[in-house]
Amino acid sequence: MSAVVSSTKVQLGGTRGGPEATTLRQDRWWLQPVVTVSILTAFVIYSTWAAFQNRYYYVGAAVHRDLISPFYSPCLASNCAPGSKAAFALNGWTLSPALLILIFPLGFRLTCYYYRRSYYRAFWWSPPACAVEDAHASYSGETRFPLIMQNLHRYFFYAGLIFNVLLTYDALRAFRQPGLGFGVTVGTVVLLVNATLLWLYSLSCHACRHLCGGQVKSFKAHPLRYRFWKMVTPLNAKHMNFAWASLVFVALTDVYVRLVASGALTDYKLF
Amino acid sequence: MAEVTMRVWRGDANGGDFENYTVEQNEGEVVLDVIHRIQATEAPDLACRWNCKAGKCGSCSAEINGKPRLMCMTRMDQLPEGPVTVTPMKTFPIIRDLVTDVSFNYVQAQKVPALLPPPMPEGGYRMFQEDVERGQEFRKCIECFMCQDVCHVIRDHEENKVHYAGPRFFIRYAELEMHPLDTNDRRDLIREEMGLGYCNITKCCTEVCPEHIKITDNAIIPLKERVVDAHYDPVAWLGRKIRRKTKRSADEAAVQPAP
Repeated sequence: MSAVVSSTKVQLGGTRGGPEATTLRQDRWWLQPVVTVSILTAFVIYSTWAAFQNRYYYVGAAVHRDLISPFYSPCLASNCAPGSKAAFALNGWTLSPALLILIFPLGFRLTCYYYRRSYYRAFWWSPPACAVEDAHASYSGETRFPLIMQNLHRYFFYAGLIFNVLLTYDALRAFRQPGLGFGVTVGTVVLLVNATLLWLYSLSCHACRHLCGGQVKSFKAHPLRYRFWKMVTPLNAKHMNFAWASLVFVALTDVYVRLVASGALTDYKLF
Repeated sequence: MAEVTMRVWRGDANGGDFENYTVEQNEGEVVLDVIHRIQATEAPDLACRWNCKAGKCGSCSAEINGKPRLMCMTRMDQLPEGPVTVTPMKTFPIIRDLVTDVSFNYVQAQKVPALLPPPMPEGGYRMFQEDVERGQEFRKCIECFMCQDVCHVIRDHEENKVHYAGPRFFIRYAELEMHPLDTNDRRDLIREEMGLGYCNITKCCTEVCPEHIKITDNAIIPLKERVVDAHYDPVAWLGRKIRRKTKRSADEAAVQPAP
């Protein structure tokens, strides 16, 4: 389909009003980009460091626990810590198993509509804030490689769902205390909250909302999809909150498991 | 009764500068009231566009302390202490003082292929409430064009105006694409000619919308996802092939010209 031919043409280059200034805003517009850069940089540094550690990611039967870090689950390397190895592990991979799997959650967040908004503003300054001048001389948005790859977001969403299932399984397994039976520890709660936040982040995703029912022309003709769409739409409104909460908590979960696995912390039993 | 200093941009296509006016400011007044007082007392030739004074006509869009806002809906007592800066919308060519030439938007409006319903069934068309409600949000648009003004794609890159419709028209396209009676498929048009890919979803349009339309979440991102359905999703492509349920092609769909 072509556009309707307009009887007038867009005139370029007319003189604009106002002074030549980056912005006339007087509020602290720079605060949000600074906070975003700080948190995302801290996360990237920590997760990179954690991914290359290749130790202290599993608390096993020796201390009557079954806790695995979300950065290392599923553990697909051939040299996984005893008890943490996934049934479908890769023979011959001896590097950190985190390197095999982190690309998927990373890709999901990298292509996420909310994170795109955040890092385009904070890191790329395109623009740094509303009504503040874009830092680039030319701009092609997401029309060319590599940014056109942002359109693959829904595939990372599918992959993210698989990881959510696996991390939920890990959280449920954490109720099992080898040699003691079943119980709830701080670690169980941490893994459970982590899995819940990741589910909320995934289900509130814009691609999820679209696939649930947003893509139909008529809700009346698709009542079931309309119902799904109605369920995820309120979650979608809180996508930003879930994005930050799940990001921070997944790192904290790794920190907790790491501290327990290294012996620096005891995983207390609650009941 | 307090006084306030207003820094108002005065000028036209040949250039301009700020003029300072110190005028009275009464309790409960909005920026437009003070601009009118400047016209009445100090600068009768100050040009500004306004109409309803109720936030419903979209005429008095300007940039107040650097942010696009309706002058009639911006209370003076909610602005920080100190001089208040008022400039015309930056994205559009200036005509005079606070008045800009927004005809770019009318060109874009003319390009939108209109609703094309199927032949009238016996008993007439029927739309159900859940489908009506979906597009209702988009019809709240008052065409103040502040979303167009704040969008950096054209605000900071004039050259993009030839291939970018802008947020105001993406909500129009979204409304039509989500209309259960519409048979046109505008996804190729939106992607290739209207520049949807230029939008990098920084949500500034949503932030400035005086009608609180969720432009990005409810219009632009759903349109991007529809484009993904059509062009970047092999699973969706395979599904369509299997079901042999393709939408009307560009050739099949007779384009009804916009009124």
